[in-house]
Amino acid sequence: MTDQMHSPSTWTPKPDRPPPVALTGALGWMRENLFSSWLNAFLTVASIYLLYSVIPPLVDWAFLSAVWEGASRDDCLEASGACWPIIAVRWKQLIYGFYPEVEYWRPILAFGLLIIALYFGLYDKAPGRKYGLWYVCIFPFVAYILLYGGVGGLEYVESARWGGLLLTLALGVTGIAFSIPFGIVLALGRRSELPVISMLCTIFIEFIRGVPLITLLFFGNVMLPLFLPEGMNIDNYLRVAVVVCFFASAYMAEVIRGGLQAIPTGQYEAAAALGLGYWRMMAFIILPQALRVSIPGIVNTSIGLYKDTTLVSLVALFDLFGMGRAINADAKWAALEIEIYTFIAMIFFISCFAMSRYSLWLEQRLARGEQR
Amino acid sequence: MGLLGVLLFFVVTNTIHNLEARNIATGFWFLSQPAGFEIQLTLIPYSAESTHGRVFVVGLLNTLFISVIGCVLATILGFFLGVLRLSGNWLLSNIIYWYVEFTRNVPLLLQIIFWYTIFLKLPHIRDSMEFGGTIYLNNRGVFAPAPILDEAFDFVLLALALAIAAVWILRRWSRKRQEATGQTFPVGLVGLAILVLLPVVVFYAAGSPMEWQHPARTRFSLRGGLQISPEFMAMLLALTLYTAAFISEIVRAGILSVHKGQREAAAALGLRPSWTMKLIVVPQAMRVIIPPLASQYMNLTKNSSLGFAIGFGELMAVFGGISLNQTGQAIECMAIVMVTYLIISLAISLFMNWYNAHVKLIER
Repeated sequence: MTDQMHSPSTWTPKPDRPPPVALTGALGWMRENLFSSWLNAFLTVASIYLLYSVIPPLVDWAFLSAVWEGASRDDCLEASGACWPIIAVRWKQLIYGFYPEVEYWRPILAFGLLIIALYFGLYDKAPGRKYGLWYVCIFPFVAYILLYGGVGGLEYVESARWGGLLLTLALGVTGIAFSIPFGIVLALGRRSELPVISMLCTIFIEFIRGVPLITLLFFGNVMLPLFLPEGMNIDNYLRVAVVVCFFASAYMAEVIRGGLQAIPTGQYEAAAALGLGYWRMMAFIILPQALRVSIPGIVNTSIGLYKDTTLVSLVALFDLFGMGRAINADAKWAALEIEIYTFIAMIFFISCFAMSRYSLWLEQRLARGEQR
Repeated sequence: MGLLGVLLFFVVTNTIHNLEARNIATGFWFLSQPAGFEIQLTLIPYSAESTHGRVFVVGLLNTLFISVIGCVLATILGFFLGVLRLSGNWLLSNIIYWYVEFTRNVPLLLQIIFWYTIFLKLPHIRDSMEFGGTIYLNNRGVFAPAPILDEAFDFVLLALALAIAAVWILRRWSRKRQEATGQTFPVGLVGLAILVLLPVVVFYAAGSPMEWQHPARTRFSLRGGLQISPEFMAMLLALTLYTAAFISEIVRAGILSVHKGQREAAAALGLRPSWTMKLIVVPQAMRVIIPPLASQYMNLTKNSSLGFAIGFGELMAVFGGISLNQTGQAIECMAIVMVTYLIISLAISLFMNWYNAHVKLIER
């Protein structure tokens, strides 16, 4: 090899010259991504101006000029920035509502159990997932017993004292946990060949999807008491939870129906040829595939439902947002709505963003399986 | 089925019993009773002496009004954001990405109340913020110049209608000619010229039959002009920004769904980039975009019921809220409100089905 290269008769190429400085490194990247044309350069300049006019005042308000410690509103009067002490003073209400303070360990424990349930429910490579899924199924009941109490020496805490993030999570998790099985039933019912069942399911789904959640919540609040026998009174939380569950089920049913439609007819025919009846065919062949396809949609619907729980503040429940509005009414800390809403918005943003990232990650993984 | 019947019987007997116990008479007689309250925004004549039936119409019109304006604005903004997100400008597409993620992941109700709070925190009407001496911003809303129309303005509207008809005829003629001879005609440019010039010419020929009435500062207040309430502004802003974030994602997905090979094939056939966009990419993208877009319109209409939270006078707030409380006719009021929303939703989904059938790929 070396001989050949030194022999005069063989042509050897010179080493490549390095690419022009303007096409590599940071400069090249900027040329390609920020200034590739006049229009692009204009957009870049406009974006920089936009960032310049939004970010510095925002940072100044939230951090630089903000007050972080204080005992009352008066400590913030001189500052031009945010008044964060209100969050420090009120965070217990924002998280637990009116839950008795000595019993705080119960919501915390329930939250810990929720994290474990999420781990087993969402991560399909979790060790021991087979048993984990059973745990996921009993988790809602355990959590409710823990939060309500009244058994095994636990003090009974009526739901009127729940509030804040605790209530938001309780409603959201209940809605999602209830809506998946009930949504499957509705979706199967809508595709059923029995006309009465299919019609009833279709009417239910379309009715709920056709009206705003707030009218349904009003319906539950104003009209359920009229429907029930005199003297029988279910509490406000339960009424709202029932409405939220039905609402979520209708949306979930449509997502799952989409998944069912994606299953080729051959799968049904193959299952029938194997001699499987309707229920076995659904349980072992169709649903596992259909649910797999619809997981991203289920997660997106769950995000929507979780956000929609804020509407319960309009029917006199103190969820995270309702609690924030109630705190505004405190004269000692008047006119700090923006700080409270920012804090609540950040909580919602972080949790929903995490869910949507999860959905995206899952979608990409499922797509990878399809590509093979 | 038997179970369902028993349940139904149970509910009905309980309801009748409860209604009797509370002295509530059922029926729709209350619709002709005077309502006795004022509504801020009314598109038709309304006063406190008007009936509850009138309240329903006012509320419904307000719901439709804010929904239509919201849908138009959200579509424009959403298309802009969706296209700009794909523009290849790293900085801009990141800004839009974070805007979309933030708006989508924060509850709409929170956003509505947030904007409402901001509007209420604006300066007092005495120290209104002024923009170019024509638009004023204060805690009572936005004051803008109001157009005062003369009778002769009808001619301008007539001219506009004529221009639209002319453009439609021109389009048909040019398409026919292109099919027959292959010659093209710049319909877009000429059509735009007709649409703009004809009404403008008629406007000046009729002696400028429109004047702007500017809001004028008095000692403590502003007088005249068009006043837009903070409730309306907050609703419109929140609904538009929220829905636009969803629409931008729909538009982006729609454009990305058109296969790269389609553009390459168009280029190979010698189509100009603008033609490729108009004839190849947009029609195929629209097929993907329209169905989810229609369901966003449906969502926006349903979400307008959140005006209830800040007292914007839409259907749910005035009829499902105030009328219900004043008359105590819970079942009737809620039934009417729900059926109305159902009809609106059904209308939108019927349109969507028609459109889907219309643009469906016809395979041989």
